[in-house]
Amino acid sequence: MSDLLAARSLMAMSLGFHIIFAIVGMAMPLLMILAEWRWLKTGQAMYLTLAKRWAKGTAIFFAIGAVTGTVLSFQLGLLWPTFMEWAGPIIGPAFAIEGFAFFTEAIFLGIYLYGWRKISPRAHLAAGGVVALSGILSGVVVVMANGWMNTPRGFSMINGIPSNIDPLAALFNPSGLLQAPHMILAAFAATGFAVAGIHAFLLLRQPGNLFHKAALNIAFAVGALSAILQPVSGDFLAKRVAEFQPVKLAVFEAQVETQQGAPFRIGGVWNSEKEAFDSIIEIPYALSVMLHLDPNASVIGFREFAKENWPPIGVTRTAFQLMVFIGMIMLFLALWGGWLAFRTRNLFRSRRFLQTLVLATPLGFIATEAGWVATEVGRQPWVIVGHLKTAEAVTPMPGLTVSFTFFAGLYAFLAFIVIWLMWRHVSATPNQFAMNPVTENGREHDGT
Amino acid sequence: MMGLETTLALVLLIALTFYVLLGGADFGTGVWHLLARGSSRRDQLRLIGDAIGPIWEANHVWLILIVTIVFAAFPSVYAQISITLHIPLTLLVIGIVFRGAAFAFRHYDVKDDAIHDRWDQLFAVSSLISPLLLGIIIGAMTSGHFPVNPASFFQGYVGPWIQPFPLAMGLFTLVLFAYLAAAYLLLETKSHQLQEIFRKRAIVGALVAGLLEEAVLILGKSAAPQLWGELMHSLWGAFIQLGVGAFTIAAVWFLFARRYWWARTCAMLQVTLTLWAWGIAQFPYLVPPYLTVFNAAAPEITLRFITVALVVGATLLFPSLFYLFRIFKGGTLFRQNGQQG
Repeated sequence: MSDLLAARSLMAMSLGFHIIFAIVGMAMPLLMILAEWRWLKTGQAMYLTLAKRWAKGTAIFFAIGAVTGTVLSFQLGLLWPTFMEWAGPIIGPAFAIEGFAFFTEAIFLGIYLYGWRKISPRAHLAAGGVVALSGILSGVVVVMANGWMNTPRGFSMINGIPSNIDPLAALFNPSGLLQAPHMILAAFAATGFAVAGIHAFLLLRQPGNLFHKAALNIAFAVGALSAILQPVSGDFLAKRVAEFQPVKLAVFEAQVETQQGAPFRIGGVWNSEKEAFDSIIEIPYALSVMLHLDPNASVIGFREFAKENWPPIGVTRTAFQLMVFIGMIMLFLALWGGWLAFRTRNLFRSRRFLQTLVLATPLGFIATEAGWVATEVGRQPWVIVGHLKTAEAVTPMPGLTVSFTFFAGLYAFLAFIVIWLMWRHVSATPNQFAMNPVTENGREHDGT
Repeated sequence: MMGLETTLALVLLIALTFYVLLGGADFGTGVWHLLARGSSRRDQLRLIGDAIGPIWEANHVWLILIVTIVFAAFPSVYAQISITLHIPLTLLVIGIVFRGAAFAFRHYDVKDDAIHDRWDQLFAVSSLISPLLLGIIIGAMTSGHFPVNPASFFQGYVGPWIQPFPLAMGLFTLVLFAYLAAAYLLLETKSHQLQEIFRKRAIVGALVAGLLEEAVLILGKSAAPQLWGELMHSLWGAFIQLGVGAFTIAAVWFLFARRYWWARTCAMLQVTLTLWAWGIAQFPYLVPPYLTVFNAAAPEITLRFITVALVVGATLLFPSLFYLFRIFKGGTLFRQNGQQG
């Protein structure tokens, strides 16, 4: 493995690993305070148990997210010192803001986890609210900084040196402004569906367990709402990519040649010798309509651009397709669940729905990773689009394969332990609520 | 009027002080975790877990803040350190990952069984790695003179930090952190038995830290002439050394007298003064001889933006931090009436 490839693989792996923990750490606090709020409102002990259980799970994910985030803050420099020196004065201040948001999150998570008996219930709930808000803020700022790599703003090049720097313009760059809500919704959709899937699994094993019903209601509500909003956010973002990174969008949509009345394409395998996609399905005019609301609008193909500036076609296109496909499945599940809740006021009667939710447990995470791959691999060969190529930014330090191998082992170890701990967490499910007398007077439907 | 670059360098020194006093002490508990023996072993481990549980995540963020300020305000320093000190920085974060993960696995698990001992061991051992490496990195930056066009891998990426001075600095940092941890733990328990254990440890820690400090200084004569010159040949250097010595002696005396609040206060002042002596002596160099606070600084507008972000951030941060510490450390923050010392 060349050092450049090792550096890219290590960066991708660190980010890909961190993202899972970051999005769970971002979304879980909302679930946990919703459960706590239900407890304060209804006085039912199971909501308190639920909030505490979710808080412990959150604590593990947050801790791993925090340490892997620390790895990233160093690794960006360790692997890409030239990029960081270039980017520091322009986008660096965004990370200082992120630092404070993260600080607030860590402080109030400490208060939330250890303060159950030390502060009033209202203050405790408020602390959880601060955790949720600061987590979202910190995610927004990080993703906006990433957006800057896609649409770099806030400077002008004078004699090859970035000058006239404007950190605010850099932070509020066109791509970042729409990438951020897309990522936040992804976090809530993925986490909501994953938690709902776990509780659906447990509910199938113990039908009638009120604890899991309550948990499923909250988690599914959050996941479904986000999954319904996500395609809207994705549509806005795709239009922006079409405007600012046409080559990336062309690869996303398999648009090889510039074309009027472009079709929306499904599937397909990139044939690099013919420079065309094999066995692709086309929906006539759909892409032109989706991007420009005009069936005859022209869509730029990636062959308009120098081949050296193409991202890896197969990976980018496949990742994008996977993300959209899963997004559609999650939208369908959200609507199905919404219909069940509306028609029967009961999510739990349909075993088929619960079984499908179980199968959908990992889907949101897969879609998030796929979306991340699409946006990052789709940015190649640039690290700062139009200004600095990835190959020019890598460290001169040799032997990066060693680092890559070590961190691969480290992440595999952490992933294994976290999955094992979550399994313990889930299998230690409280049983006392199965026979809870509240069942009889029907208060179980409070949450629907 | 102090320029913005100097102001931000000062902010870095303040943030580093907080990191050492708070995060450093969390790492320092690892030493006592590893050395916990005898009939009270379980109680010692519980004391450590309870003491750092609510605050270790927040204390860790000081380091993130330092990294982001260096990256944004002094980007060439961040890039240069990242290249030359690639190996110790990588080891530092590995220590951070294992320490944090082990603590989370141990304390946020729903069950309680034998595997928790493994996490305890991992926590203790990995807590030693990061302080050592942090000291080594600071030591290597103090010496500076990073090779510009290294002739070999060793010269470029190993030589700058495998030296007596940075290694002594690493050991000194570890002992200092352990000393702080022992001094803090004294106020976290009401058990006389535990207090006696940590009192002895704090005394030993203070004495060993004092010896290592002298060793670092002597090694610095050739390895960090800038530091040596400022501390040994200036009036303020003499004063500050006198101050460090006085606080060390006072801390040890209060420990002997079992006046723990005063002992902890003196230990904190001793460490703070040591850090500031280093920081001021090093000024204006970030990595001598080429990178200074002035020539490595980002453009004015960036510095201004960071300063505004820091001011706004600090007005939110400090009340939150105070709230956190008042909830969990309220009994130890201020000297209590009727309490010894």
